[in-house]
Amino acid sequence: MSQVLLSLNGLTKAYPGVVANDDISFKIGVGEVHALLGENGAGKSTLVKMIYGLVKPDSGTMELRGQSYAPGEPRAARADGIAMVFQHFSLFDALNVAENIALGMENPPPMRDLAARIREVSETYGLPLDPFRTVGDLSAGERQRVEIIRCLLQDPKLLIMDEPTSVLTPQEVQILFKTLEKLRGEGTSILYISHKLEEIRTLCDTATILRLGKVVGTCTPRETTARDMAELMVGSALKTPERAGRALGEVALDISGLSAPSPSAFGTALKNVHLTVQQGEIVGIGGVAGNGQEELLGVLSGEILTEAGAVKLLGEPIGRMGPAARRALGLLTAPEERLGHAAAPDMSLTENALLTGAVRENLVSNGFLKWGAAREFAERIIEAFDVRTPGPENAARSLSGGNLQKFVIGREVLQGPKVLVVNQPTWGVDAAAAAAIRQALLDLAAEGTAVVCISQDLDELMEIADRFAALNEGRLSTPRSTTGLTVEEIGLMMGGAHGMEVAHV
Amino acid sequence: MIRLEKRPQPSRGWSIATPLVAVLATMLFGGLLFGVLGTNPLQAIETIFWEPLFGEFAFYYRPQLLVKGAPLVLIAIGLSLGFRAGIWNIGAEGQYIIGALTGAAVGLAFYPLEAWYIFPLMVIAGALGGWLWAMIPAFLKVRFGTNEILVSLMLVYVAEQFLASMSLGLLKNPEGFGFPGSRNLQQYDSAHNADLIANTGMHWGVVAALIAVIFAYVLLNRHMLGFHIRLTGEAPRAARFAGVRPSRLILLCLGMSGALAGLAGMFEVSGPAGQVSIDFNVGYGFTAIIVAFLGRLHPVGILLAGGLMALTYIGGEIAQGQLGLPAAAIQVFQGMLLFFLLALDLLTNYRIALQKPEVA
Repeated sequence: MSQVLLSLNGLTKAYPGVVANDDISFKIGVGEVHALLGENGAGKSTLVKMIYGLVKPDSGTMELRGQSYAPGEPRAARADGIAMVFQHFSLFDALNVAENIALGMENPPPMRDLAARIREVSETYGLPLDPFRTVGDLSAGERQRVEIIRCLLQDPKLLIMDEPTSVLTPQEVQILFKTLEKLRGEGTSILYISHKLEEIRTLCDTATILRLGKVVGTCTPRETTARDMAELMVGSALKTPERAGRALGEVALDISGLSAPSPSAFGTALKNVHLTVQQGEIVGIGGVAGNGQEELLGVLSGEILTEAGAVKLLGEPIGRMGPAARRALGLLTAPEERLGHAAAPDMSLTENALLTGAVRENLVSNGFLKWGAAREFAERIIEAFDVRTPGPENAARSLSGGNLQKFVIGREVLQGPKVLVVNQPTWGVDAAAAAAIRQALLDLAAEGTAVVCISQDLDELMEIADRFAALNEGRLSTPRSTTGLTVEEIGLMMGGAHGMEVAHV
Repeated sequence: MIRLEKRPQPSRGWSIATPLVAVLATMLFGGLLFGVLGTNPLQAIETIFWEPLFGEFAFYYRPQLLVKGAPLVLIAIGLSLGFRAGIWNIGAEGQYIIGALTGAAVGLAFYPLEAWYIFPLMVIAGALGGWLWAMIPAFLKVRFGTNEILVSLMLVYVAEQFLASMSLGLLKNPEGFGFPGSRNLQQYDSAHNADLIANTGMHWGVVAALIAVIFAYVLLNRHMLGFHIRLTGEAPRAARFAGVRPSRLILLCLGMSGALAGLAGMFEVSGPAGQVSIDFNVGYGFTAIIVAFLGRLHPVGILLAGGLMALTYIGGEIAQGQLGLPAAAIQVFQGMLLFFLLALDLLTNYRIALQKPEVA
């Protein structure tokens, strides 16, 4: 490390009931790509929010180029040359790229000059982007480029990137890495937040590992194995889910020639989807976010109706049935969005157990609710899936994301589904809970349930799925056995890099 | 600096305390207002809250409380079902008018026949009239996606014109010497919604209001439909995921609130009001919206809120008469009540955190 750009000294931030950051110190050098590694809830977000001026530390100091640095708000941080690309984009779908970028500027130049600047920066850094395209039409990878270019226009000295590759295809990741390499070459420092170890090993110079708010290790990723980093991150040896040998039964779910428009204006319509899933089989569906995952779940849950024969459950056409009728037949689903879709935030866990469990768990008689039975069902879920909560009378929103996810998955698994469809089952869940959820899916399959797992976590799909298919702009690729499938092949199934290098075939 | 922090759970204590604190705050600031107007604040508050219940003429005012409270509760219960599901029927006043018209029309059609079945038929006609009037915004919303707030509100003014035309035309009393207004149903035994116990104000509308409260309580707390109503209001997407059909719920909720408003109108026209007249409606349908929220959309709360609202109405009238307070001051007083309730409502979901100002 030649020159220190930013040094953190003993940063501490406590929230009621939890110390998010405890005495954190490390240094970022000029032109260094520094990885910040840790599980969900390890305190990564709080830390970068302090650097970016969104949160004020309780104690500890920061120094930028040797000067004391204490940004009161993000604007001050930006003025000091610190820029951040958030995991969740803050873009307006209905506006074009240049308009979106102008919105985030203090004194936007005239649109024509701005467009020219955007073109210039995007070409310099190998991130092609048309300033006049509507953001709603862009892929997730392209949207991220908008956010990156928005940052680069400020000519930052430190670029903070929060899980940038979670929405990208492998090919797009390669392009992003080239850009970051170029930035590093120009002396820009990058603070790179991720929990994907292989990426960090290829890209980063130094890694600081956080666990439960504390720095538990620093290493040079190129010289450390992924397994060692993972164990530092988790704090214990990792348990890999077991895949027992499974016998496949008859076809449980049969989707044929399924096309459906998306209910939302910027959604993706499903186009001629074919898929069969046998009893005891897990089919993994990958793809970059926004390529029809939500719509596929909706079509299976019964929220989007289709032609009757397009979806068949054990030979019976169910395309025109609503969610309750499908549940009665044994097709259960767990959507990606926990709060507001899979669960009602302000309602108790008992009420949320009732939400999908009413029919199969026999929680209703003659239209009247059996609160006792519903409560008992909620308690069973809490018990079986180790949901951390004082009791089933607590509101869903009082649970942490991972705990609520365990509840949502547990609610469906315990109902003994014939077919289970899950979307992003371990998103935002800590490693131990994620392993438990994957194990539950594997166990369910071992008992003869057909499982469809939609996920953007390719490692997860490779770990549990028997066959893999990818969604790309609403089309589903032909499923292939996961054994022997290479990352390169998966990337091509996912559609390669959108509009770049790899041409559309 | 004062900051609001979202509570992890809605506070049960505050959700009960809020209405009480709001009433106290209204008394305090209302008292100040009356003081500035030159009236003794304590006397004014006493006149409004005490006189109708325990004063010298309470024997006259107490029945009035039931007469005024019953339609408010009946309408507010219906509205609260829709409001819980995020379906905003603002036109209860119109449904109330149409219910009164259809109910009275059925009764008048039988005049002068005396038979036991006339009053039950009027009840059914009243409910049906209100239901039909509410089905207009419901159908338009389900079929064409129109805004039920605007449509139901505008239909109030249509209903008012209807009322005027009916009391001047079709339903006008043939023996009324040309004065507008229908025959007086109080003088037609089979159609008269009389006090069940003389001079208590306890008419069929009060009974219906109490039944509605119990019905709504059971529906919301013990029945799947009530669960779906609450679920739709709290998380519409989760409701659809649970299998709720939104259009069915819209038809049901608007239909129920329309039918109850129609019933209230029918009980009023055949009882306390007695006849269809141009100025028959006095805004119960709008006040019921306040009652529904004052009662926090909870059936029991609405029952209490209806009583409180009736009290401020009657007490306000007494204060106008005895203390010479302007009517506008009484309306401000009632407005304050809603204002404080809505403002304090925030404390159910948020808590106030005091902290030292940070250097920006």
